[in-house]
Amino acid sequence: MNLSPIAQWALRIFTWLGLAFLYLPLVVVVILSFNSATSLSWPPRGFTLDWWSKAWEADGPREAFITSIKVAAVATAIALVLGTLAAFALQRYRFFGKTSISFLLILPIALPGIVTAVALQNSFSRRIDLGIFDFQVGFGFHSVVIAHATFCVVIAYNNVVARLRRMSPNLLEASADLGAGGVQTFRLVTFPLIRSALLAGGILAFALSFDEIVVTTFTSGPGVETLPQWILNNLTRPNNVPLVTVVATVVMLLSIPLAWLAQRLSDDARASYL
Amino acid sequence: MSSVAADASSPGPASAGPGRRLGRTFTRHPWLGLVSTVTAPVAWLLVVYIGALALLVVTAFFKLDEASQKPTSEFTLGNLDTAFTTSTFIWTVVRSVGVALAVTVLCLVIALPMAFYISKVAKPWARRGFVVAVILPLWAGYLVKGYAWRAMFSPGSKFAASGSGGVLQSTIGWTPGFGKAALVITLAYQWLPYMVLPIYAGLDRLPSSLLDASADLGGRPLRTFRSVVTPTIVPAIAAGSIFTFSLSLGDYIMPNIVGGTTQLIGNLIARTLLAPNQPLAAAFTLWPILIIVVYLVSMSKLHAFEDL
Repeated sequence: MNLSPIAQWALRIFTWLGLAFLYLPLVVVVILSFNSATSLSWPPRGFTLDWWSKAWEADGPREAFITSIKVAAVATAIALVLGTLAAFALQRYRFFGKTSISFLLILPIALPGIVTAVALQNSFSRRIDLGIFDFQVGFGFHSVVIAHATFCVVIAYNNVVARLRRMSPNLLEASADLGAGGVQTFRLVTFPLIRSALLAGGILAFALSFDEIVVTTFTSGPGVETLPQWILNNLTRPNNVPLVTVVATVVMLLSIPLAWLAQRLSDDARASYL
Repeated sequence: MSSVAADASSPGPASAGPGRRLGRTFTRHPWLGLVSTVTAPVAWLLVVYIGALALLVVTAFFKLDEASQKPTSEFTLGNLDTAFTTSTFIWTVVRSVGVALAVTVLCLVIALPMAFYISKVAKPWARRGFVVAVILPLWAGYLVKGYAWRAMFSPGSKFAASGSGGVLQSTIGWTPGFGKAALVITLAYQWLPYMVLPIYAGLDRLPSSLLDASADLGGRPLRTFRSVVTPTIVPAIAAGSIFTFSLSLGDYIMPNIVGGTTQLIGNLIARTLLAPNQPLAAAFTLWPILIIVVYLVSMSKLHAFEDL
């Protein structure tokens, strides 16, 4: 398409304005973490490192950070196993009900968080009596992990299935022709090929779990406070708002290399953000 | 799963032991492979998620015990009646759909030129950089970004000295304040990358030579856009809109942070759940479930799922 130079410039300026829109609020947060005033008022009063040292000494954010890491790690591990199995099933086999399974995978993330939250809160709080099984899930660390794993499955699935689609079936045939059994083919051919897709999916699932607040609010039990929960609880305490800006800045800095890595390892833009 | 377990028990790569025998069994009976892979994920999603949703629908028909504030197992249509015929609640639903549509349109208007520039005008070496730049804000924390916009929109106090307001008030002297406009902008901000990326991916698959061919055949840019670009990106837009629409529809935290008095269906559900009135909250959730299912079905008509 022969766009005139003016149209090209207009698009370029628009794109940079769009990026400015995306980054302006983040810059504001970083600047406010050095602001000597306690409110979110603008312009900043003066420069201080107090909030950084206070945030470093405070136990709350560190404990919440560790809780979030633990939740995200376990949920990601479960999601990777389930998502990979689903990817193999849907990619390698044709069977009745295939489309409903892909719909089933996407549903926990397509339905609004509050629906998932109410549904899980409701079922975890009930005593489920099925005759042989009589149990109550209850609320605690485990309930948050179950909830997070459920909506992370689709992310692992998307990354692995994108890789399997690109993988030539000839490779499997070649491996079989050379005398390898199914297990050996998986270990020496399939797994090395999907390894980086697993890592990318793992990073993205981890990030989604790490940032989740709605489902977490309604499924966590007493004594469990993830980082987003800590942030939400402290944003309503005026004296702690600056600490939140520090924590937010740290999390943003830590996420840059992870985001870059996930992007590099993914096959295509589609699989790399969901 | 089973293949990994079998692998651990096999003594070495050269052995033709149980691993090999297992492999042969799987080749001979493909359904074994299907069953061993599909069972665990489907069972998890059915038990944890579909089970919970089914229980939720059932709960909507239970009567609340006023004294203990717990659902009883007594059947009632009262909750559904309240949720679906009370005019204030219907207006909340209409408002939520309106906000979600406004967010989707705003995201589309911003995303379309950006995605087009990144995939078709920017230098090839710069594309990956732009894509990373669009993705990165997704990692910055949903709540923090919400509060960042609170700091942007804050109108400040009428009585305080100048400089007490938010970023917009004190730099350009104007702010929409907290309300619907602020809410739509903040939600569009939160979900914009989800719209840019599918459109970018869709355009990326469209060869530039097609655009050149259209130009060579005398198509002006607008004609090319309508006849060549649009058909390829409609599924991508539909896919992106699933995120922007669905995530906005149920959001209840951003309305609390920047929405002023604006309440969406999510606020209604969260408030009812904390009341606590589980059955009525369950009845309210049927609204977003119905709306999203209708939305997903209509988007799948536009082939959205192929671009998801």
